Amino acid sequence: MTASGLNLALVTTAVVVLVAACFLGTTPMGAPRVLAAFLGQSPVGDSLVVWQIRLPRALAAFVVGVALGASGAAMQGLLRNPLAEPGVLGVSASASLGATFVLYYGFADAWGYTVPVAAISGASAASALIALVAVHTSSVVTLILVGVGLSSFAGAAMSLLMNLAPNPFSLADMVNWMLGSVANRSVDDLVLAAPFMAIGLAILFATRRGLSALTLGEEAAVGVGLNLRRQRLAVVLGTGLATGAAVAIAGAIGFVGIIAPHIVRPRVGHDPARSLLPSALLAGVVLVLADIAVRLSPTSSELKLGVVAAFIGAPVFIWITLQRRAIRD
Amino acid sequence: MTELCTKNVTVKVGRAILVEAASFTLRSGELVAMLGPNGAGKTTLLRAALGLGRLSAGSATLDGAATARLSSMERARRVGYLPQVRPLAWPNTVRDVVALGRFAYGAALGRLRARDAEAVDRAVAACDLANLAHRRTDTLSGGELARVHCARAFAAEAPLLIADEPTAALDLRHQFQVMGLLRRFVDVGGGVLVVLHDVGLAVRFADRLIWMKGGTILADGSPEETLTADRIRTVYGMHARVERQGAEWSVQIEGVA
Repeated sequence: MTASGLNLALVTTAVVVLVAACFLGTTPMGAPRVLAAFLGQSPVGDSLVVWQIRLPRALAAFVVGVALGASGAAMQGLLRNPLAEPGVLGVSASASLGATFVLYYGFADAWGYTVPVAAISGASAASALIALVAVHTSSVVTLILVGVGLSSFAGAAMSLLMNLAPNPFSLADMVNWMLGSVANRSVDDLVLAAPFMAIGLAILFATRRGLSALTLGEEAAVGVGLNLRRQRLAVVLGTGLATGAAVAIAGAIGFVGIIAPHIVRPRVGHDPARSLLPSALLAGVVLVLADIAVRLSPTSSELKLGVVAAFIGAPVFIWITLQRRAIRD
Repeated sequence: MTELCTKNVTVKVGRAILVEAASFTLRSGELVAMLGPNGAGKTTLLRAALGLGRLSAGSATLDGAATARLSSMERARRVGYLPQVRPLAWPNTVRDVVALGRFAYGAALGRLRARDAEAVDRAVAACDLANLAHRRTDTLSGGELARVHCARAFAAEAPLLIADEPTAALDLRHQFQVMGLLRRFVDVGGGVLVVLHDVGLAVRFADRLIWMKGGTILADGSPEETLTADRIRTVYGMHARVERQGAEWSVQIEGVA
């Protein structure tokens, strides 16, 4: 299958799962009623449920997946390592730390953009630190360990904030950020994060040729004409914006950024540039499906999307690690 | 005619002087071998010449313009650079890796323009890689991989090429193959500066030898002018016997001086 064929198939799948997700919900609605609502031929109540509640939730899962998939693929290209991902390297955790911080201090009510901006600042700071470490070490192991350390640090800071939480409601709020969920997301939540995400994704897609060149290693990539400094800056900024915006919508959701590129890569000739778009689409589809699974699961309190993603993703992460040939480290 | 020229280049990092007052020129139509022990400053000097490292003093110019002022793509279209080989990050196909040599022309893998595709085809053919074009690079031997790197450098079709130890870790046959490819590139009008660790290989293929030690260029000239047993002792600290019969040189390394 060619790269464009793959993209077409993934776009079609995305539309199908997004529509399918709208058939699920707490209000009992038969398939004909949902279809009628989609076609705009139903009572106000039905179309409100579909267009204002169900579709935004499904879309939230999708765009969060897209942002994380693209960020993962781009970081893997920049760092030349299939284990790089916003979740593993502590970028997502730093973003949720930023968001939790402003929530804790009540800044969030002051200005609508506070949460996304705080999440994006956290994410950008973390990805900048990772890129900085990458300049000074060629060891993949060191890099991953720094990411793990960063992740633990952000986790510790989150625990501190939870420890100091003024009341059970803020505590519940924070826990939601840590677990990651797209339940009850509205159109407003999406609109708020959309510009940041769009700019971040645009930056990542603009750098994709450079990601291909980095296959050769940094020095040789410079040799074929890559401006390495600009490339690093763009990927850091792009992942910061995209991941930060994703966290602002859904909290921290790990591992999708590893799984999607890993599945896509062999199908696009292992080219980081050509894996960017399909990784983003596939990660979006995966999260929508995971969210459908969350809603179908018969647990008394609803499972969080981030928890489900981690249950699938963590074993895959370990599997990829074991597959890697020791020679590259 | 393209000319890469350094004049009195000095590179310092902190208090350490890595390269001191080094001047050399590389022109189209010549194959120059740079020789010297590890830590002599060869790579540092080459990077400085390409405008990739900071100069503490001196100048590095390409046809009169400072190389550090050129954009990365502009520079890459005029001087190819093959650094010491590092493992490839992903198992791409051979043809895709060669196509990365067209980066400086805006080429994107998977949708090459006709001009880029033709340059890639020529480079693949020149390096005898047609049979391997669709193989994954992680299935190649070291010698095959070395040819792939030569091909991606040739695909750029830059008039000059700087290659840093392209024969490292290759067996004898593959060393000769790689040097043969570089020689052919020069014979059709290119200019090559190649770092080597084998004096015998250098003298067989190169028109000119640049000898470096301790950050300075000790000698720069044809084998007739610069290759002596004394030189090898000064540069490498090794006893050697150097003999010449017509165009044939024989360099025998005898032991540590």
